Amino acid sequence: MKLNNLGYLLKEGFRGIFLHGFMSFAAVCVTVACLVIVGSFSILAYNLDVMVQELNQTSEILVYVDSSLSDAEARSIGTRINLLDNVQQSTFISREEALEDFVSDHDGDDAFDGVQAQDLRHRYVVTLEDNTKMKETDEQLKDLPGVVKTNAAYALAEGFSTIQNVLHMVSLALIAVLLVVSLLIISNTVKLAMYDRKDEIGIMKMVGATNSFIRLPFVVEGFTLGMTGALLAFGLEWVAYDAMLEKISAVDALQLFHFVDFQEVLLPMVTVFAAAGMFVGIVGSWTSIRKFMNV
Amino acid sequence: MIQFTDVVKSYEQGNKALNGVSMQIEDGEFCFLVGPSGSGKSTIIKLITGELRPTSGTVHVNGYSLERIRRREIPYLRRTVGVVFQDFRLIDKMTVYENVAFAMRVVGAREKEIKERVPYVLELVGLENKQNRHPNEMSGGEQQRLAIARALVNNPSTIIADEPTGNLDPERSYEIMALLQEINNLGTTVLVVTHAQNLVEIFGKRVISIDDGLIASDSMEENDDEAE
Repeated sequence: MKLNNLGYLLKEGFRGIFLHGFMSFAAVCVTVACLVIVGSFSILAYNLDVMVQELNQTSEILVYVDSSLSDAEARSIGTRINLLDNVQQSTFISREEALEDFVSDHDGDDAFDGVQAQDLRHRYVVTLEDNTKMKETDEQLKDLPGVVKTNAAYALAEGFSTIQNVLHMVSLALIAVLLVVSLLIISNTVKLAMYDRKDEIGIMKMVGATNSFIRLPFVVEGFTLGMTGALLAFGLEWVAYDAMLEKISAVDALQLFHFVDFQEVLLPMVTVFAAAGMFVGIVGSWTSIRKFMNV
Repeated sequence: MIQFTDVVKSYEQGNKALNGVSMQIEDGEFCFLVGPSGSGKSTIIKLITGELRPTSGTVHVNGYSLERIRRREIPYLRRTVGVVFQDFRLIDKMTVYENVAFAMRVVGAREKEIKERVPYVLELVGLENKQNRHPNEMSGGEQQRLAIARALVNNPSTIIADEPTGNLDPERSYEIMALLQEINNLGTTVLVVTHAQNLVEIFGKRVISIDDGLIASDSMEENDDEAE
């Protein structure tokens, strides 16, 4: 392609956009809507991933020792715990230490004055090597002689994982459906522009314009529509997400959840949005051109 | 040069448009192609411009073998063949100048070449004073001149005119034929498909007559026969 044609081709491409202003506007809007929906689900899924990860990292198993055992016997269970495959570390906490922690956790509330160390059990805080095997390790700990009870957080983690999986699936389905919708709309817009210029295309073919020369203005048009949609969607997503974070930070109950900053997802998001915009723009226009090229 | 050898063209529906046509039009020749509607004239033009491929036989046009031409070569073939139609096929929203410049621009000509070549061609067809008009402001004869200018502007070695006078009164028809003859005098091969028997007689050029997908007569061969 010679450079002196480039200006002509670009000009023709942009002309197409304004020739059908309303249709172009609709195409951009649909692309924006699709990308914002996809982006929102993705960012939600990502936040949940981060939360599940954090939950997994902090998860420990509390192992309670039978209170009829002597101190020495209770301490000796630690050796057995450490022998289990998935155990990284176990820390013995005596009933006296547990009571101190308990009281200090409750700011020395008088209500616990009558509680004696004897009322509590010796315990171990067990951290694991692989948190995904928490359930199995929990079972093994329960089976150890002298262990009466365990307290593991896997149920919560499992709950989160289920939500995470559902969200991933919904996101994927949405991406597929919305991608097709954007493609169809852009393809239709470009088709309209082509139909408008079918006489010109006929003349171009008659005088010997190459197919790529005929095609390029329409690809420029599709590309511009897709990219405009992508950039608008990205900006909108950013503004909306920051606004949401601000709202959340004002509500105490939601402090439990930790949301990532938009800056953390900025680069992947702008890349994916731009790629998606480019994809729907170019593929959308290309497919509509093919039908017109067989003149 | 245009050369057809035993060309058969049948359409998918089964009807045969050409039944074994052989003919040769040399470079620089002026030739009329006549025949009733449905005789196969349009098929011949479409075979020359690469819109159709022969079912059997060979078609050679300006160095390209049309029976085995690649799709991406077709644009380059078409740059050697300028086509003029009965219905002009001009772009109304463009001016006279732009209509001609458009044909150059889309084959990648430089702006400088366009500025030199377009006025020259418009002068050749007698439209030098109407550069800024739009086609719908002009008469049929002028529109056909413009179409000829556009066909000529990329300097093709062959001009094919498909019923160029079909929409014109006799006087304008004569002028268009005279213009085509003038172009032929400058060295361009000209093939005119027409129904206008009187014009064919006036100009006294070679006449190939097609009927029912076959060549019914060729004035050149008859002349050769007479010479023998």
